[in-house]
Amino acid sequence: MEFSHILNYKNFRKTTLLAVFLLFSSINSFAETVLEVAPHTETSAHSETTAVVEEKFDPTTTILEHISDGHSWHLFGHTSISLPVILCTPNGLDIFSSGNLVNEHHEAVPYNSGKNTYLNEEEHIKILASDGKIDEEASAKLYDFSITKNVAAMFIAVIVILLVFLSVAGAYKKRVGLAPKGLQSFAEPLIIFIRDDIARPNIGYKYEKFMPLLLTIFFFIWFNNLLGLIPIFPGSANVTGNIAVTMVLAAIVLVVVNLNGNKYYWAHIFKPDVPFWLLPIMWIVEIIGIFSKPFALMIRLFANITAGHIIVLSLVSLIFIFKSLAIAPVSVAFVLFMSVLELLVAFLQAFIFTMLTALFIGTAVEEHHH
Amino acid sequence: MELVTPSIGLVFWTLVSFLILLVMLKKLAWKPVLTAIHDRERSIEDALNKAEIAREEIAALTNQNESLLKQARAERDEILKQAKILKDQIVAEAKASAQSEGNKMIEKAKIEINNQKVAALSEVKTQVAALSLEIAEKVLRDQFSDKKAQESLVTKLLNDVKLN
Repeated sequence: MEFSHILNYKNFRKTTLLAVFLLFSSINSFAETVLEVAPHTETSAHSETTAVVEEKFDPTTTILEHISDGHSWHLFGHTSISLPVILCTPNGLDIFSSGNLVNEHHEAVPYNSGKNTYLNEEEHIKILASDGKIDEEASAKLYDFSITKNVAAMFIAVIVILLVFLSVAGAYKKRVGLAPKGLQSFAEPLIIFIRDDIARPNIGYKYEKFMPLLLTIFFFIWFNNLLGLIPIFPGSANVTGNIAVTMVLAAIVLVVVNLNGNKYYWAHIFKPDVPFWLLPIMWIVEIIGIFSKPFALMIRLFANITAGHIIVLSLVSLIFIFKSLAIAPVSVAFVLFMSVLELLVAFLQAFIFTMLTALFIGTAVEEHHH
Repeated sequence: MELVTPSIGLVFWTLVSFLILLVMLKKLAWKPVLTAIHDRERSIEDALNKAEIAREEIAALTNQNESLLKQARAERDEILKQAKILKDQIVAEAKASAQSEGNKMIEKAKIEINNQKVAALSEVKTQVAALSLEIAEKVLRDQFSDKKAQESLVTKLLNDVKLN
């Protein structure tokens, strides 16, 4: 798992162009789906481009569709991976492939699983009543636990992280006391960076207990950010730019911080050093503070990653808005620039999330000496 | 609003996959890796400390050696000095004793010579006396054998003596 050769790869430029081209083609076909263009039998990129240029292009829909979750994973052209749909309905658990919810032209069609009839309405699965209308009452009781595009991308990221770090751990067992080598020398500086520059200064001498959490948060966010930057499968999903993912991470931080809060932490919240008549106000403020810190974490990560994806997609959309291939070099240049910037942001956001987590844990476990 | 509404499925799966990742990595990766890094850092630190101690020891040894050498040199110098003094003393003593011995011998020789001289002289004296007596006896005997001569002499002597 040595990645540096990619940068030295002599066909790197060609690969980039190919990647950009594939990004284009995926946008094309999405635009096609949205606009319900008459189905083509040919799948060549050229004919698609012609078709899209002739129709009205709506960048907002395209971009929003790209950055939000979906029940199928679009690869290229008309090819998508159908992902499993897992539904908790009043009539029991229902598992089927998302391929059942679309026809051969990628249009949403009703599907009867035997328990209910479902319709994918803009990536929200609804239950249809017997008259073909959406049954709102039953749909409200429908809980969608599907392996969506984001879930699948997250699983891939988890597998990649496990592969990387289990091999690194194996290297440490094999090469006891020796200098790091290969993937080990990629991981070790980061691990030491998190230990010496994030955990130790912020948490203090109790840092060791929180190292696994901080390391896992850092690498989970970072790998997901990086995979999200890859425009083709297995990347392209906007995992860390999804509020549900950042919410779970922030909630874990909230729980860890407050479970580890010592008496000084709670005394600071419930017995702050203020006149007694201010106490009720302080309680409100401090309790809001407990929740606002992880809330800020959640919003920061979500907004940064989503914004990055939106900018890149907007730049690509320019080509279709101007309906001119002449704008493509400009778009590609900007997309390239943004992608490099996003590489930095991917690391930075993972770092900031980990850093602030360490800081919050630090305030909770800090010993005060008045 | 769609963008900021978390869906329950993704929340569930994120929670599940993150917790699995956390538990697996904690057990299989972070613990061995952190321990290994910690151990290695400790061993490097130890090695550095040991090297420092060894360096100090060597410096101390060198110092000790130098001082020993200095001491040895000083001792050697001292011994040489004393030997020289001793030598001089011995030589001087030898010289003095030789001198005195010589003097004594010379003295003794002188006395001996004197004694011998005295003895010889006294012998010579005795010899001379004896010889003189013998000669005188012979002469006298010879002189007294001629009566005429004796009378002439006595006459002559009586002539010389003018009774005043």
